[in-house]
Amino acid sequence: MSAIASSQHTSQAPTVAGALPRPAGGVLLDYLSLLLPYEFSWLAIVFFGTASVLYANGQRVLAQSGEPVARWRSALFWLGLALAYSVMHTRFDYYAQFMFFIHRIQHLALHHVAAILLMGANPWRALAAGFPEGGAKRWIARVLQSPLVQWPYRFIQFPPIAVMVFAGLIFFWLTPSIHFNAMLSQPLYLLMNWSMFIDGLLFWWLILDPRSPARVGTLGFGKRILVIWAATVPQLALGAYIVGAPQSLYDIYEVCGRAWPIAPHDDQVLGGLFTWIPPAMMGVLVMVVVLRRLLHQSDNDGAQPA
Amino acid sequence: MKTLPLACAVALALLITACTGSDADWSGSNIEGVMSDLEFELTSDTGEAVTEETYRGKASLVFFGFMNCPDICPGTLQRLSTAIEALPTDRQNDVQVLFVSVDPARDTPEKLKEYTEFFGPQFTGLTGTESQLSDLVKRMRATYGYGEPDDNGNYAVSHSSAIYGFDSQGNAQVLMKSDQPASDISHDIERLLQRS
Repeated sequence: MSAIASSQHTSQAPTVAGALPRPAGGVLLDYLSLLLPYEFSWLAIVFFGTASVLYANGQRVLAQSGEPVARWRSALFWLGLALAYSVMHTRFDYYAQFMFFIHRIQHLALHHVAAILLMGANPWRALAAGFPEGGAKRWIARVLQSPLVQWPYRFIQFPPIAVMVFAGLIFFWLTPSIHFNAMLSQPLYLLMNWSMFIDGLLFWWLILDPRSPARVGTLGFGKRILVIWAATVPQLALGAYIVGAPQSLYDIYEVCGRAWPIAPHDDQVLGGLFTWIPPAMMGVLVMVVVLRRLLHQSDNDGAQPA
Repeated sequence: MKTLPLACAVALALLITACTGSDADWSGSNIEGVMSDLEFELTSDTGEAVTEETYRGKASLVFFGFMNCPDICPGTLQRLSTAIEALPTDRQNDVQVLFVSVDPARDTPEKLKEYTEFFGPQFTGLTGTESQLSDLVKRMRATYGYGEPDDNGNYAVSHSSAIYGFDSQGNAQVLMKSDQPASDISHDIERLLQRS
């Protein structure tokens, strides 16, 4: 029996109460404090700061050059970036550390929703345009084109590997003993969240890359659908397993204390549902987008003169 | 190209080993190198301001709770007391239990002293301001929270249910669960003393 469940005996209606000190100064400050990170991370500041500055600058440069970024694209980008930042570097992260189902929502955001939004925005043109011209830019371009980057990149984007890494990471971090340590050690915790986010970006770029398979040699649209399917099914099974598991799988949340009193089994079932249903729905949604491209491609092919 | 998958596999294997560690020695979970070392600023049950330095030199078992706790806290402290009594007599005072109350509004140092003395001479009560306590639980990657008070002003407190074992230098070693039998806890305290 958990400390939380036992504590409920002393009060009829326990409610949410975080461990953080509330700043004196009223409701507004209380709400603003929700935006502050639970654990400050330079990695988050550098990553999200750089991406924001480059993209905003790129938008400005491209607008001046008469080739502005489509509004819907920039909306997707900013939405995705804001979502990833909020789940990683605000008070949300506190709840994600002390409630299993909120942790699952965090990973749903990082591995699926935010990554899909960011890659759906095809942000590379704006990001590149936002980088100040000069030696540094040429150097980075050279590094990105070098075999040192290209080989690992092609390896991880090789479809069977990409599927294995995408599904494998979910299973890896949800292995109870590994999950236990990840929630206890801050470096491992950061590694877990960033590996999910970066892998999400890589995987959904492979799927959403707008360049034509026929002309540039990106992954064929049919294969992309197959890849989504192969990556989604194992996660579906894992989510269903967690929902149905009668025993407690992740007792780390009992060990560390939960953010507010909730029956441990309810937390686990909710977490399982968030592992199971929404990622599957996201997968299907993206499949529809890719299917649409596949059909358009056939149209185009059909329209071409023989 | 061929070396890359190999490197990945080796890195993954290392990570898995590092994560799962060798738990063979402990009944609880090995947290050496995983968890931060002991560090705090609190108030002791004699009303003095103390830090982790005050408790250096002995193996420490840290447990969070509150005095109004109906079963988990007294049950765990009682099991710790039984576990310590099971140690060889000359080693019983090489370990100390730091009971950190996360309910400073109700648990004054005087009351804490009375409460912890009941369990044995190795038990010390600690508490602090909300920010001192938050700093400590955050460092231990744990949390606590309060429920709404009822008509009589009683409220629930959710808290970590773990017993954190540190060696005499304050290095994190083992994490025990509060429902482990006293014999397992005793076994882990002995290991802890061997390492201290």
